[in-house]
Amino acid sequence: MPEINNFTMNFGPQHPSAHGVLRLVLELDGEVIERADPHIGLLHRATEKLAENKTYLQNLPYMDRLDYVSMLCNEHAYCLAVEKLLGVEVPVRAQYIRTLFDEITRILNHLLWLGAYALDVGAMSVFLYCFREREDLMDVYEAVSGARMHAAYYRPGGVYRDLPAQMPQYQPSPYRDARRLQELNANRQGSMLDFIEDFARRFPTYVDEYETLLTDNRIWKQRTVGIGVVGPERAIQLGFTGPMLRSSGVAWDLRRTQPYAAYADLDFDIPVGKTGDCYDRYLVRVAEMRQSNRIIVQCVDWLRKNPGPVITDDFKIAAPSREEMKTSMEALIHHFKLFSEGMAVPAGEVYAAVEAPKGEFGIYMISDGANKPYRMKIRAPGFPHLAAMDEMARGHMIADVVAILSTMDIVFGEIDR
Amino acid sequence: MTDALENLRQHLSDELGATLRTARLDRGELTVELSREGFSAACLLLRDDASCAFDLLVDVCGVDYSAYGEGLREGPRFAVVYHLLSLKHRQRLRVRIFADDDLPIVPSVVQVWAAANWFEREAFDLYGILFDGHPDLRRILTDYGFVGHPFRKDFPLVGTVEMRYDADQGRVVYEPTRTEERVVVPRIIREAGEGRYDARNQ
Repeated sequence: MPEINNFTMNFGPQHPSAHGVLRLVLELDGEVIERADPHIGLLHRATEKLAENKTYLQNLPYMDRLDYVSMLCNEHAYCLAVEKLLGVEVPVRAQYIRTLFDEITRILNHLLWLGAYALDVGAMSVFLYCFREREDLMDVYEAVSGARMHAAYYRPGGVYRDLPAQMPQYQPSPYRDARRLQELNANRQGSMLDFIEDFARRFPTYVDEYETLLTDNRIWKQRTVGIGVVGPERAIQLGFTGPMLRSSGVAWDLRRTQPYAAYADLDFDIPVGKTGDCYDRYLVRVAEMRQSNRIIVQCVDWLRKNPGPVITDDFKIAAPSREEMKTSMEALIHHFKLFSEGMAVPAGEVYAAVEAPKGEFGIYMISDGANKPYRMKIRAPGFPHLAAMDEMARGHMIADVVAILSTMDIVFGEIDR
Repeated sequence: MTDALENLRQHLSDELGATLRTARLDRGELTVELSREGFSAACLLLRDDASCAFDLLVDVCGVDYSAYGEGLREGPRFAVVYHLLSLKHRQRLRVRIFADDDLPIVPSVVQVWAAANWFEREAFDLYGILFDGHPDLRRILTDYGFVGHPFRKDFPLVGTVEMRYDADQGRVVYEPTRTEERVVVPRIIREAGEGRYDARNQ
């Protein structure tokens, strides 16, 4: 009888369901995974090293490029860390704007995740629906910052500018007639907050649509129920955070347990899973989208009623207004110094974390009093998740590797940094 | 919050004894520095003691202090910083441990927190800090066959090699980099009140 050996297979780095550039070395016994060894670092850009050579303001746009599907949450953690070092107060309106955009980002992230996950497991149509809704939210990003993805909207001390009074509209073009144009602009007649409110009114119906397609779908359940199970103790031991931890049955959410921004004043629930398999992780994330929608409605309501400043008035940290710069020499000097030398941050070390859509995204920053960080460590939530790949995939089939990988919500921008 | 951390500091200095070198409370965060002797036992205590219960290891990272404060700092060059989180008490703790300059080696905590595995590999890769007792200390983020530890302060920002496809040899070749490092905004540490434009704030 011939001896049967295990064989080794390369998964990626060029594989559509490797979610970017993951090389996964799989040791197989037939079709069963004996060992999975993820090789990461193919997208390593040394963001932390670059940050040591740039001023605090120059570093901010790099944050967008870490987890490039939840851009503003990364900026939020960075701003919290710098603000903690500086000891600066952020205006309340800025806190609410940040909360609003964190939740918009969460929906954006979960929509992409849901679409990609369904596609990986074999359901094509969900992807198309998810991207339809993402388009509206991308427009909100664009309206507020000018960029659809890499917003650079949050700044240490607040946010760059107040919300626009007018939602941008589609312009006439030879490719669409007047009736179509009117349809497209129907919900863009008022302010940006009106547009977001309209979206929040429509969104629960959309989530129902996704759930109709997936939640009770027999094939979907066969592919996800009981796959990649992680118990609560093991999830904590492996350093899981965010939906990965909650779907294992641990009710831990930084928005509730260590509140930042305006979360302490808002009403929302923390969805928690039971078994910690792929199906639970799907349910938790879908439930989170509904909760995010609730938070958005509350934030819109608050922001309508409470005008005010959106960034600190300390010129040492935030640039003075354009008008003031034209008339005041003092303001002009501050502007010049802020954008050339940058702000001086007191010596010390802080760790600031936010509940990003993927889990706890933290920034550990050491300052020695210079205009650049001395050391900045980015704590990416996906990093410990992917580290658990070996443990989660062992004993499953090759096809399940894709389901497990995609359920972790892997983005290589943050894992490789 | 700060009271709870003050209590924790007291508790730790009672429990850890000589292993605890310093404990500092700054900006609402507690930082303890542990010695290498008794470090592993101290980690187990931090995890299992009922009033610590730091069951989740959030982060491990290396730090190179050689250029700190214009390079005038005294003391060991390399440190490893651990961020711990207690789900039960909703508290965070930062643990720092220094390593020797010539052979930086610290005990691994993989046996205490499984999450440390990849984080320690990363600190080894980027700083060359060795972790005694780590099951699989390989490079993780840098390229296969990479030489050096890129996050050390003496490693140039532009790197040492560049890579291109050589059509004659029919393969990818590595050559010394031709990129020149340039500093657009210099690094400046200002004394308090030195030459700043403070008319508006006075």
